[in-house]
Amino acid sequence: MEIPYTVQHRPDTGIYNAKLGIWLFLASEVMLFGGLFSAYVLLRVGAEPGMWPHGWLNVTLGTVNTLLLALSAITTLLAWAACKVRDFTKFKIFHACTILLALTFLGIKSYEYRDKLMHYEVQLTNGKFADGHFVEQSKDFDLAKKTGTVTLHGHILDDRKDLMDLRSPEAQAAKHEEITIAATDIKKMGNYGPRHNTFTAIYFTLTGLHALHILGGTLVIFYFWAFGGAMWKTDPERFTNRIEVSGLFWHFVDLVWIFLFPVLYLT
Amino acid sequence: MSESEKPVCLKSYMRLCAVVFVVVLCTTSAMIATSFSHLGDGWTLKVTLILAIAVVNAFLVAGYLMHLLSEKKLIYTVLGFTVFFFIGLMGLTVWATNGFPPGTVSH
Repeated sequence: MEIPYTVQHRPDTGIYNAKLGIWLFLASEVMLFGGLFSAYVLLRVGAEPGMWPHGWLNVTLGTVNTLLLALSAITTLLAWAACKVRDFTKFKIFHACTILLALTFLGIKSYEYRDKLMHYEVQLTNGKFADGHFVEQSKDFDLAKKTGTVTLHGHILDDRKDLMDLRSPEAQAAKHEEITIAATDIKKMGNYGPRHNTFTAIYFTLTGLHALHILGGTLVIFYFWAFGGAMWKTDPERFTNRIEVSGLFWHFVDLVWIFLFPVLYLT
Repeated sequence: MSESEKPVCLKSYMRLCAVVFVVVLCTTSAMIATSFSHLGDGWTLKVTLILAIAVVNAFLVAGYLMHLLSEKKLIYTVLGFTVFFFIGLMGLTVWATNGFPPGTVSH
């Protein structure tokens, strides 16, 4: 049985079915991300003055990722345009670029996550705080048994509030060095993972969900790139429509990042 | 006829893409410059400016790369409903910002 309206337009909608389907799906995606963005707004405006993190994320890496996604959106459009002019070789080249750009984006995102997971805040028994990246720990380090030492590359602070604005002149001037702390001096220790505070929680949720979309989109694009040749030979118009639909999803993922980058990295 | 149904010229698409990328590059730089600029204590002004630039960026991607500037009426209808509900969602959030239940203790 042939699936209707994969190429021809439905008389009542004026478009082929998959196109209407992807737009309806994207509408639901807007509400999904919208819900999370509204949660972000609520958390942010509800934070005590000076207690919402500022400058915690690497703007350079965020900018590079923004440009990578913009480029990948462009190569996706060009891959579709190449299909339209029946140039399969160019389609393969453009979509290979999309896949490479997407993987680079995910690589950079993973690096950023690793950086956060290796970053520790240590509450000391003397009331001070140590903040820095994990370097090493002694073999007998056990926080529960209070044995051994841990070494961080960072600095000691008097007040936790000083960690909130990393763009402040004081934070910029802070001297970072290797600090070895005995387990007996540690009251509490935790990394900058999702449960560190509400900012990291919403940061990991928003960017994690977005990264999953990138991964899913990349898999679909890879499937068309690697196994699309068969359909291209038998039904190039239908294949072109598939590329258009996957392209619309990819552009949406780019759109989400266009708002994620300024909201999380710049404001 | 929507943009995706018109005859395609790869070269003209490449030119369009080059223009879009340059504008995205400029708008991204503008957002970063605004973020690091000293606008007094105008945090609200800064955020408004940055988000306004992001909207320009989004318009480029949606309008030109997704062909939304020349789509069918049905797509606009779907998006119209989406915008309505999205604004409702954000509006309710802002409306509820100070709506704490009785007895809430602020730390």
